[in-house]
Amino acid sequence: MSKTYYDPADLRKFGKITEWSEELGNKFFEYYGKVFEEGALSAREKSLIALAVAHTEQCPYCIDAYTKDGLQRGVTKEEMMEAIHVGAAIKSGATLVHGVQMMNKVNKLDG
Amino acid sequence: MAIKSLHKRESDLANSNRQLEILSNGIFKNGELPTFKDKISETDQFPLKAKKLEILQINVGYMCNQVCEHCHVDAGPDRKEIMTRETMQQCLDVIKNTGAHTLDLTGGAPEMNPDFRWFVEEAAKVGIKDFIVRSNLTIIRANKKYYDLPEFFKKHNVHVVSSMPHWTRGKTDKQRGDGVFDKSIKALQELNAVGYGMPGSSLKLDLVYNPSGAFLPGDQMAMEKDFKKALLEDFGIQFHNLFAITNLPISRFLDYLIASENYEDYMYSLVEAYNPAAVENVMCTNTLSVSWDGYLFDCDFNQMLELPVNSKAKHISEYNQDLLEGRNIVISQHCYGCTAGAGSSCQGSVA
Repeated sequence: MSKTYYDPADLRKFGKITEWSEELGNKFFEYYGKVFEEGALSAREKSLIALAVAHTEQCPYCIDAYTKDGLQRGVTKEEMMEAIHVGAAIKSGATLVHGVQMMNKVNKLDG
Repeated sequence: MAIKSLHKRESDLANSNRQLEILSNGIFKNGELPTFKDKISETDQFPLKAKKLEILQINVGYMCNQVCEHCHVDAGPDRKEIMTRETMQQCLDVIKNTGAHTLDLTGGAPEMNPDFRWFVEEAAKVGIKDFIVRSNLTIIRANKKYYDLPEFFKKHNVHVVSSMPHWTRGKTDKQRGDGVFDKSIKALQELNAVGYGMPGSSLKLDLVYNPSGAFLPGDQMAMEKDFKKALLEDFGIQFHNLFAITNLPISRFLDYLIASENYEDYMYSLVEAYNPAAVENVMCTNTLSVSWDGYLFDCDFNQMLELPVNSKAKHISEYNQDLLEGRNIVISQHCYGCTAGAGSSCQGSVA
């Protein structure tokens, strides 16, 4: 057993989740593969969205995977950083917009 | 500081035996990953056999004006290995007597060979269907004596294939050296000016993309679209096709992989992306690589690893179609580089 919660080498074993639940695992990977195909959005655009979400989800495996995927698609580091700022802006905006709820509550209780 | 060749640095990895040892030990020896031989055996594709010769790829010397970070030739200004006119003549004799339809000149910077122009002129007379010169572009701007190369290429209807790692300055210069991007752009504009790469032009100009680090190339068509859009919008440059080529784990790229602790992950990526369909069309099955001193190899990579052809005919002066056709291709773990994903050859994807 690894003594840390995350081991970079575990990413390579992702496919093995099907071994303990073949049907659901296969359905997931089929869906996953389909999502990232070229569609109304390009595969490149989807890769950048995935990178931003990987950060907001703080998934180290996904960050490794979609950084590499972006490099393979010729995505520049400037584009990657901008994508992450989009994720960060939504995360901080999502925190701050709840400030309205706080203000509503203050106004109701102490207005 | 400019990087130097592994030979100049007297690096351990300048020794091809050392490279082959690394490629056979560790994760391949302990069974973590299958050897290339085992992998292609799974689909009954071992031994790989040479088909009819179609492409003669001639390395006219390892001298180069650039010292690219990942060069598989370990080329640079300090490399003195140069093909003589006598060996070139032997190559011409073979071209005249075989059905090879493509002549592919590479290096180093092939233009730096003092007999380069003589060779092109003589080879053009023989009437080759596709006559490729792999130009690094910056050579055209390196010295006044090379300024007329676009006109020279045009005169002999040479198919120019040039390396261009990215459409941005930062990524290009990181891999190929400071100032390379600007000089390459200027050279491409000059090639465009004489008609190279223009839509519908018979003067063919293709670009080669290879990744700037420890990752595989993306989809060739998608990359071509991005390259075309960016180069046209930013610099008014046009070209015909983009060849996406995978970096093989040998020479300076192997040195980089080990130094950056990416070697194992990279080999995993290559093995995971293994595509049996790409094996069908790997370039060693229809290509013969000739070294600066006239020896024969299955590909340019085997040339650099000093793995000669498995045939009694080992030198261009001994060329014999009957002996070479059907020979077993010499393989090692670097071959995974040509069979990953859509496959990789000097003409780009193969599957």
